[in-house]
Amino acid sequence: MWIKKGIPEIESSEITPESTYVNRRRFIEIAAAMSIAAPSTTGWAQTKRGPYDTDEKQTPYKDVTTYNNFYEFGIDKDAAARNAKNLRTQPWTISIEGFVKKPQAYGLDELIKGMTIEDRVYRMRCVEGWSMVIPWQGFQLSALIKRLEPTSQGKYVEFQTLYAPDQLPEQRRPLLVWPYVEGLRLDEAMNPLAILAVGLYGKQPLPNQNGAPIRLVTPWKYGFKGIKSIAKIRFVDKQPMTAWMRQAPDEYGFYANVNPAVDHPRWSQATERRLGEFLKRKTLPFNGYADQVASMYAGMDLRKNF
Amino acid sequence: MMLKRRVAKISVFLACLMPVVWLVTAALTDDLSANPIRDITEETGTWALRFLLITLCVTPLRRLTSWNGAIKYRRMLGLFAFFYGFLHFLTYVWLDQFFSLLDIVQDVYKRPFITAGFSSFVVMIPLAITSTKEWIARLGGKQWQLLHRLTYVGAIAAVVHYLWLVKADTRRPLAYGFLLSLLLGFRVLKFVRSQFHFPGRSAPLPHAGHV
Repeated sequence: MWIKKGIPEIESSEITPESTYVNRRRFIEIAAAMSIAAPSTTGWAQTKRGPYDTDEKQTPYKDVTTYNNFYEFGIDKDAAARNAKNLRTQPWTISIEGFVKKPQAYGLDELIKGMTIEDRVYRMRCVEGWSMVIPWQGFQLSALIKRLEPTSQGKYVEFQTLYAPDQLPEQRRPLLVWPYVEGLRLDEAMNPLAILAVGLYGKQPLPNQNGAPIRLVTPWKYGFKGIKSIAKIRFVDKQPMTAWMRQAPDEYGFYANVNPAVDHPRWSQATERRLGEFLKRKTLPFNGYADQVASMYAGMDLRKNF
Repeated sequence: MMLKRRVAKISVFLACLMPVVWLVTAALTDDLSANPIRDITEETGTWALRFLLITLCVTPLRRLTSWNGAIKYRRMLGLFAFFYGFLHFLTYVWLDQFFSLLDIVQDVYKRPFITAGFSSFVVMIPLAITSTKEWIARLGGKQWQLLHRLTYVGAIAAVVHYLWLVKADTRRPLAYGFLLSLLLGFRVLKFVRSQFHFPGRSAPLPHAGHV
């Protein structure tokens, strides 16, 4: 075997000055941003379309990352983008609790090691009447649940956001009961549509304001079910009390399935404004995912179980 | 002197226009959020409420400081409250509902927060119409004054509208409600005092026609 001795000689003229490669990186960013600003129907650079992906026009990256609700950082839509810088996402521990084979705390990397990260282009319908199309990156929640092996008493999955008022400043104020809690019935959690997202627009990690380092995405439900910055997952035998149910039980139910036929008590859910569009569009049952999820609710009164 | 007053009036007028100038500029330079229609709705609504409260400050300010300077701008301030309220209403009817009459009627009927907001706007229409000197003369000071107490109803309805529309973040509507309760409390106190003729109180100020 040939081993080169010493430092290989490189002509100084061959060394790329820093300004050039920084500029090149900047150029790539700008080019990426431009392609994001004007997405074609194929989106950012998706190589193949998965079985659950929508090919609708994707919401620009800038809008996805500057317009959302993350009340732990403030009530304004741009509050999270402005205030989430101080969220420390490394190291990140997720505590696994309840009716599960090995309840213990895991480092995030350890917990999700070997999971198949896929792109999932999903519609997102906010309970407030606006919607987006977001290319997430993540893995199926079902894969994690299988790995954790819940026992037969584990009938629901409860999620909790990190509780750390020094990083999530609005947790000092009683806006909601903190930490934020969400939950799914086990069969909902096992549905292939349900993912834990760790990236966005083909990139990891997730921006802090979108729920870094890991958040839930359940596209057939209203956006508030998609709990962000998950620090605890509990397998429980009773339906969890979620943050919004606690806040206003007549307005926000456990299921929170997108349903144009059941109005929010204070506003209609029949239509929505897709961000970037002028006229409102009709909201679809289960946000257009009825084929994948409707059977889970067969026989249930969706007016009562809203 | 005349010129100075004119300049002052024009300055106040231009200052009152600033929110809509800012909004139009932001819209044209793509400086609004991903949901510009919602931004326009929120901004115009908030400014309508702010101008209502500013208008309601004029009389207490005059009574507490015995400075009469602000009274000259009260009509203008009130009309700006109506102006922003009208823009808010127009945004809802045009940009939000796109003139879908059925949806609008359903909204006003079914959604308490829209009922409240709509009431606030409707109540302000006769006030805007009768804001001229001619109308004061036609109605007579007393009747005109009575009619214009509808401002209180309009302001209360506007705060209720705001309070009922938010999800959990009641801090802002409650702050406006607190300010409004101070401003209305001032008037209640004045009314109670006038009923009992507390000894030692000075006679009512001249120009009692202004409330």
